[in-house]
Amino acid sequence: MGDRRYTETHEWVDVEDGVATIGITDFAQSQLGDVVFLELPRQGRKLSAGETFGVIESVKAASDLYAPVAGTVLEVNERLVSNPELVNKDPLGEGWLIKVQAEGGLPDSLLDQAAYARLAESGSH
Amino acid sequence: MLEALGADSVDDLLVDVPAALRLRRLDLAPGLSELETMARVRELAGRNRVFDDRLTFRGGGVYRRFIPAAVGAVLSKPEFYTAYTPYQPEASQGTLQAIFEFQTLIAELTGLDVANASLYDGATAVAEAAMMAVVQTGRPEVLAAPYLHPEYLEVLRCYAQGRGFQVREAGDPGETTAAVVFQNPDFLGLVADGARLSEAAHAAGALAIACVDPISLALLAAPGEYGADIAVGEGQQLGLAPSYGGPHLGFIACRQELVRRLPGRLVGEAYDGQGRRGYVLTLTAREQHIRREKATSNICTNHSLCALAASVYLTYMGPEGLRQVADVSYRRAHHLAEELTRLPGIELLHPDRPFLNEFPVRMKNVLQRLSALEAEGILGGLPVARWYPDLGDVATFCCTELNDPGALDQLVAALRQTA
Repeated sequence: MGDRRYTETHEWVDVEDGVATIGITDFAQSQLGDVVFLELPRQGRKLSAGETFGVIESVKAASDLYAPVAGTVLEVNERLVSNPELVNKDPLGEGWLIKVQAEGGLPDSLLDQAAYARLAESGSH
Repeated sequence: MLEALGADSVDDLLVDVPAALRLRRLDLAPGLSELETMARVRELAGRNRVFDDRLTFRGGGVYRRFIPAAVGAVLSKPEFYTAYTPYQPEASQGTLQAIFEFQTLIAELTGLDVANASLYDGATAVAEAAMMAVVQTGRPEVLAAPYLHPEYLEVLRCYAQGRGFQVREAGDPGETTAAVVFQNPDFLGLVADGARLSEAAHAAGALAIACVDPISLALLAAPGEYGADIAVGEGQQLGLAPSYGGPHLGFIACRQELVRRLPGRLVGEAYDGQGRRGYVLTLTAREQHIRREKATSNICTNHSLCALAASVYLTYMGPEGLRQVADVSYRRAHHLAEELTRLPGIELLHPDRPFLNEFPVRMKNVLQRLSALEAEGILGGLPVARWYPDLGDVATFCCTELNDPGALDQLVAALRQTA
């Protein structure tokens, strides 16, 4: 496991050997409620940092997903097609969304665990 | 009321609006009593030329058909008649069930997985389907096949301009094409090769959108059977009067994979905690009030009452009744085509192309001959030159179950006189 980083839009990214695993945070899943559908990119799609790469739909909202890093989509979590609830059950583990071959390093704007915890804390009020 | 406001006249009331902004053309006479108004309106209405249904042979997208009394009887129930699209939906189980049944009927008719609660009309349904394809594929252009209803094409262009995609009318689909839109039967009445058009769209990575006549589906293959991804159409023929062009009924159906792009309201069947069946608005997260500018469409409503008319019509007719309607219309139109082409100066535009109940003919002096028919109380075919200058001498004739054999004889006899 690398050092997990966070976006202000509530995605997380964990880079290991150049491969960035991306998901949404526990705070995000708790705010969304039961996830019912995910629209994820095709393998091979090139993403720039901050670009919309998909949509997550819960029983009460549909939200865009933003790429924390630039890169090419290597893998999409196919289990989410039939089990979108994995995002609720294990957002930081089995509920990951995509793996990306990262390019150009981590943007400075990403937050560390402590900074994100403060953001989530203020956002949950 | 003016007195209470301290004004002498409506003009006096509006003095604060700058004169340049006031509408000056609206020079209305002083108010009439209800009795006088009725007399005046009746006089104006008397100037309308109304042709008998049986002597009307003009279609072009709106058709006169027999409407069983059951349609009006159900529609006029105040529970349906006074309600708007449900905004507190689950409190209106009857309305939701009616919409659910409409969706089911349209899905069955089109051979596709899912249909929405209805749209405004055939034209906006085409435009909505095109937007679905543009969002789904991320491609910037829609290809309209020849003889898509010219007014639908105009509405499509209007939506495209606002939404920022192109509408192309010629050539083959390519890698920037989001969808191929074709009408079947086309505006002239000719049956299109839906399978070939759908294959061509798919080969280019585009979606296939079929704009279909719902009655024709009693005879022709359903869009879902020949590979169309989205089917749309005008539902006026299913129990709605022509009424000067509206309100009519748009329908749209698609494959399951596209359901999250489907615009508008969608009703689902559900079961409560005690296993009781109920109806709910479902997949609302696709809609504009949640997805904002990312939604496929800004449509948040439907034509519930018109959709109900279609549901009653289709249910009352049943598959067999619908087939009879389509079959009788087909036979009458083909009989008429035979008779017309026996007359001097009239020939089929495309003798080799199949048609159902509407067909294009070349006719010498077409406008004069149509006027001569009108003098006999007959509304003949639709001259299409205003949309297609190269078809200057072409008119499309249509028959429905309302054009009885005697009416056909009358038309042919009158045309013979005008030769």
